[in-house]
Amino acid sequence: MSKFQKNKGKESPKVNTASLPDIIFMLLFFFMVTTVLRDSELKLDVNTPEATELTKLEKKSLVNYIYVGKPMAKYQATYGTKPQMQLGDKFASVADIPLFLEKHKIKVPEGQRPGITTSLRIDGDVTMGIIQDIKTELRKSGQLKLNYSASPRAE
Amino acid sequence: MLKKGNSLRQTNEINAGSMADIAFLLLIFFLVTTTIAEDKGILVKLPPWSEDEPDITKLNKRNVYSVLVNKGNELLVRGEPMSTKELRENTKEFIMNPLKREDLAEKPTKAIISLKNDRGTNYKTYLEVYNELKAAYREIWDAEGQKRHGKDYEFLTRDQKKNLRKDIPLIISEAEPTSFGE
Repeated sequence: MSKFQKNKGKESPKVNTASLPDIIFMLLFFFMVTTVLRDSELKLDVNTPEATELTKLEKKSLVNYIYVGKPMAKYQATYGTKPQMQLGDKFASVADIPLFLEKHKIKVPEGQRPGITTSLRIDGDVTMGIIQDIKTELRKSGQLKLNYSASPRAE
Repeated sequence: MLKKGNSLRQTNEINAGSMADIAFLLLIFFLVTTTIAEDKGILVKLPPWSEDEPDITKLNKRNVYSVLVNKGNELLVRGEPMSTKELRENTKEFIMNPLKREDLAEKPTKAIISLKNDRGTNYKTYLEVYNELKAAYREIWDAEGQKRHGKDYEFLTRDQKKNLRKDIPLIISEAEPTSFGE
């Protein structure tokens, strides 16, 4: 009994914390590399439907996003409760799509342009009318690769 | 001279104790701003734009599998009401036609699925129907892959996939929607 207590009192063993910054830096670099900074704030309520036949979108730089859904409560005073479309961080109409696509396209290296995909993030309760208009506009602009964004469902 | 001796004797160390704190701060910043949410979805290839609609009435009627979705989110498949749950099995039967029936597709290469919805159809229903149609094809491909190579479709090599898709192509033709329920 007394033996142990004596030992404890005499020397308090110090844990070497010199490598702690290194560990933290390693974590930091991991997150820095994997991070994609959020560039647009979502102004719509978008609950994508569930599906089973999903494909993962690999290259995020080749994807542009079109959101469709009801405006969030704080935007409803200005934009109403009807489903709206959001391109980038603003509300937009179908006629703005070609310019939006073009703006995204010039940022992509020429060789990778055929791989550009448009991801449609659409709320499940939206009716097909506006979606049809978007699809027609995309076809007219030659953007034919589409992705209907959906969340996985267990079968 | 004297100074030099001094600095040799007691090596001044920079206190690195706060380094961890700084790194933590940065780490937390990146943790908060990171979006790990990955994007998954149903990939679709649209047909190039043309003014005139493709005419599917010219095709042999037995090869066309027409799926209509109305504004009330109800399905009409080849003239018969159907629920989305039955759609997958029914589609598979239509494409493969295991009993060689007269009213189903002659062969998988000739089968065409014609999907038409209303402007008032819910996106959720539309996607569910699309999902079921794609799932029907995926299940057929899986079965065919098992038969030919003993593997599911996704584990086949590129050429094997290509051949399989040539024999059983996925053709979903989408007609201009009706506008009863906008």
